[in-house]
Amino acid sequence: MGMTIGEKIIARAAGVDVVKPNDIHTVTLDRMMSNDGTTHLTVDMYNNKLKHPKIADNKKVVFIMDHNVPAENPKTAEAHKKMRNFAREHDIALYEGQGICHQIMMEDYVCPGELIFGADSHTTTYGALGAFGTGVGCTDFLYAMTTGTSWVMVPETLRFNLHGKLPEGVYARDLILTIIGDIGANGANYKIMEFAGDGAHNLTIDERIVLCNLTVEAGAKAGIVEPDEKVVEFCQAHGRKAVHMFKSDEDASFARVYEYDLSKIKPVVVRPDFVDNFDTLEVVKKEKIKIDESFVGSCNNGRIEDLRIAADVVKGRQVHPNVRFLIAPASQAVYIQALEEGIITTLMKAGAMVMNTNCSVCWGSCQGVIGKDEVLISTGTRNFKGRAGDPSSKVYMANAATCAASAVKGYICGPEDL
Amino acid sequence: MNQFTGKVWVLGDDIDTDIIIPTDYLALPTVEDMKQYGFSPLRPDLASLIQEGDIIVAGKNFGCGSSREQAPEIIKALKVGCVIAKSYARIFFRNSINNGLLLIENSEIQDVVKEGDMLTVSPGEYLELDGKRYSISTLPDNLMDIINAGGLVKAMQKRNGVI
Amino acid sequence: MGYTLIEKIIKKNAGLEDIAPGQIVTVNVDRVMVHDIFIPFVADKFQEMGFKKLWDPDKVVLIYDHLVPTSAVEDVRHFQIGDAFVEKYGLTHVHRRDGICHQLMTEAGYAKPGDIVFGTDSHTTTYGCVGCFSSGIGYTEMASILGTGEMWVRVPETIKIVINGKLPANVTSKDIILRIIGDLRADGATYKALEITGSTVDEMSVASRMTISNMAVEAGAKCCLFRPDEKTCSYSEVSPEETAWLYGDDDADYERIISYKAEEFVPVCACPSQVDNIHPVSDVEGTKIDQVFIGSCTNGRLEDLAVAARILEGKKVACKCIITPASRKIYIEAIEAGYMDILAKAGCIITQPGCGLCCGRAGGILTDGEKVVATNNRNFLGRMGTSKVGIYLASPATAATSAITATISVPK
Repeated sequence: MGMTIGEKIIARAAGVDVVKPNDIHTVTLDRMMSNDGTTHLTVDMYNNKLKHPKIADNKKVVFIMDHNVPAENPKTAEAHKKMRNFAREHDIALYEGQGICHQIMMEDYVCPGELIFGADSHTTTYGALGAFGTGVGCTDFLYAMTTGTSWVMVPETLRFNLHGKLPEGVYARDLILTIIGDIGANGANYKIMEFAGDGAHNLTIDERIVLCNLTVEAGAKAGIVEPDEKVVEFCQAHGRKAVHMFKSDEDASFARVYEYDLSKIKPVVVRPDFVDNFDTLEVVKKEKIKIDESFVGSCNNGRIEDLRIAADVVKGRQVHPNVRFLIAPASQAVYIQALEEGIITTLMKAGAMVMNTNCSVCWGSCQGVIGKDEVLISTGTRNFKGRAGDPSSKVYMANAATCAASAVKGYICGPEDL
Repeated sequence: MNQFTGKVWVLGDDIDTDIIIPTDYLALPTVEDMKQYGFSPLRPDLASLIQEGDIIVAGKNFGCGSSREQAPEIIKALKVGCVIAKSYARIFFRNSINNGLLLIENSEIQDVVKEGDMLTVSPGEYLELDGKRYSISTLPDNLMDIINAGGLVKAMQKRNGVI
Repeated sequence: MGYTLIEKIIKKNAGLEDIAPGQIVTVNVDRVMVHDIFIPFVADKFQEMGFKKLWDPDKVVLIYDHLVPTSAVEDVRHFQIGDAFVEKYGLTHVHRRDGICHQLMTEAGYAKPGDIVFGTDSHTTTYGCVGCFSSGIGYTEMASILGTGEMWVRVPETIKIVINGKLPANVTSKDIILRIIGDLRADGATYKALEITGSTVDEMSVASRMTISNMAVEAGAKCCLFRPDEKTCSYSEVSPEETAWLYGDDDADYERIISYKAEEFVPVCACPSQVDNIHPVSDVEGTKIDQVFIGSCTNGRLEDLAVAARILEGKKVACKCIITPASRKIYIEAIEAGYMDILAKAGCIITQPGCGLCCGRAGGILTDGEKVVATNNRNFLGRMGTSKVGIYLASPATAATSAITATISVPK
């Protein structure tokens, strides 16, 4: 019996030849990432709850401040101080305001075939390079950090065979939102979502990030795109070597196989307050839903391709006077590239507000918080009730082009309506 | 304004508007919501200890800093009887007059008064402590007009025939 | 007997034959500025006072800057009230996302030489950089101006400050104003006007003068005026003829004249936690810091970012270094000049233009035991976080230099 990509990664991490779904294995982790959302809690537990704490391998641990950067009140400043001091004390790699954790991990660490724990649900992102990334809470993280190991139950794998290419004006974000709409917010609960087929290989690494990042919104433990030459090139360009290029065996067993024709995908607008509250732009835009804020950013959609799309839409136009159009590049590297391509200038000239790289609007903290009864259209990862601010506010999810076009018009619409 | 006696709280020089009310609390909906944070960077417990009719005695340049009118409004909301200082910053001075908060300029009392003392104020005439009197001056006519009208809002209401 | 610059402006505005310090004069206001923090209160008081319309909507500028971008749910309430006020009273000069009010008031030409302008912010003194009498007021007073177009002022005494000569390298107008505040003390110019002249300030850009006018309020000043020159005219888009009357007479009655030699200035900083606690940077050199902040209406302009870029080119910052440009225009110009690229590569955190950290609501708040070198205007207790944060105010040159080693350093 063959194995899926995810099973092979777990087998490697467990040091065994074969694993099968529902097995429980002790695994050695390749990398552990924690951000400022919870690191201070981990540090507290480390200092106060353990008898003789020690970090198994500090070279495998990465701390990234991205959720509240720069700090917006003394409480977050205090959490940052704790994180910074701990990183210095234990010689742990520390990033402060240099990008969203998952983007930094992609740029600087992730390699195919690795098993990575992140104290953040969107750690599934790393599957874009053929790695197994999964989110854990801070207690699990503490165990992993102090022992270098953890236990995993081998998940079943859902296979998504993607065919063809996305039409012009349709993006990876529309694809994954469509899939989540189809299978539901728990459609991949505790499972791996594996993407393969010519359609998957047609996607750029940035697009694969979008795909894998949101798999957690269908409940997935990991989202993995079958690695290919593009992964090798990406790793090389970032000074790393792609060694463990796992593919699912011909006779691997999938819990279910889905087929998607990418040419059929349409621009999506997800309605509040659930990520699987799927609808198409075509339908939603008829309602001319008035917006107060629009956001292009997050670990899902804050990369150079997204900023390019947004800039193309607003170029030579002005953001609606009553809309706050906020942009948060996914990392400093993305920001620098966008500066050099003239994208930031275009966005600023159109009246957008370009923030420093951070999570901000996507999780309703630090910058761009929305108020009572306000409506946000966002490229962020979630639209839960009150996610971006006041509990009475509403969040619609769409691609960067729709968010930019809506920012110009003041209501939800597509770039074709400008 | 009638003579009154109040318990003294002593503060130093350059009590700035960020001390009187830190920026972080300015977005609270009302001055009533904010007043508990008055003076918190300097003395977190002060706002809860001040009683109606108490008197703040400070050094020079009281109220320096921002134009935030919440500063005098908070002092008023804490029901402070008056502030006595060696000098006041300009914007704070205007804001206090406009809100009907009594400010008294005096540079002697600071040398003799201690926190908790009972001080008697006879507006426009003198301060009295332990039987000794310290003279104070009156305000210019145009300011007395605003104070006599009950603050600038009332003065404008009269002008606009609202009252 | 001649007149000082402020006397001339008030005299002309009120149509008086003569004028003297101490006199109470009712002036006709040329422009007012209201910002997001105070618009709810201004709107309330305006209504409470019984006004039905603005005296002149064209003369009113509303700017959102303290709460941009929002950092709390309640912040939005200020925009909602502001937007409703705009709608109801027909305001046309509204900036919701373009930068700090004081930068925009001169940059967009709302405050011109010879004008009388009031704003609901203490740093409204800034517009003195173009020879405009501008000063901060509270929201009750603002509401009454919005209805009447008038305001009473007491004609201030004038302190004249003469600075001649050439500034040493790495000494900026920030070091000058900090030194002046240190010499005058935080209340040394209370209720008074400052008038700044001399060959040193003649050589300065309007932006550098802006730094000085901006911080004059920290010495208590009501306003801080510079005589308009060619640079002013070109910046404010007015003709030299229109500004020819704007100078202080030699025989005017100045309360004091203070003279400085430019060559004697050194880089200084205001140490925690008073603005007049001025020391040469060399006295505190080596102090460990946790953060640097370059921005604000005091020092967030293009020339400030240019200095930071020159110092940080090819280097990496050793602590958080937050850059907050003063306006959208400056941000774009800084990109085009290549400064943003340099600063981003050095690891600086570049934020959306706005008041940011300076007003203590977002943008890099600190906590107990931390120290920051900042280019803004106030280092009061609790201004940027808890009351146990040490704030050192300094020039962009000192701030950028200090970021390289995460210790306070003299710019070289």
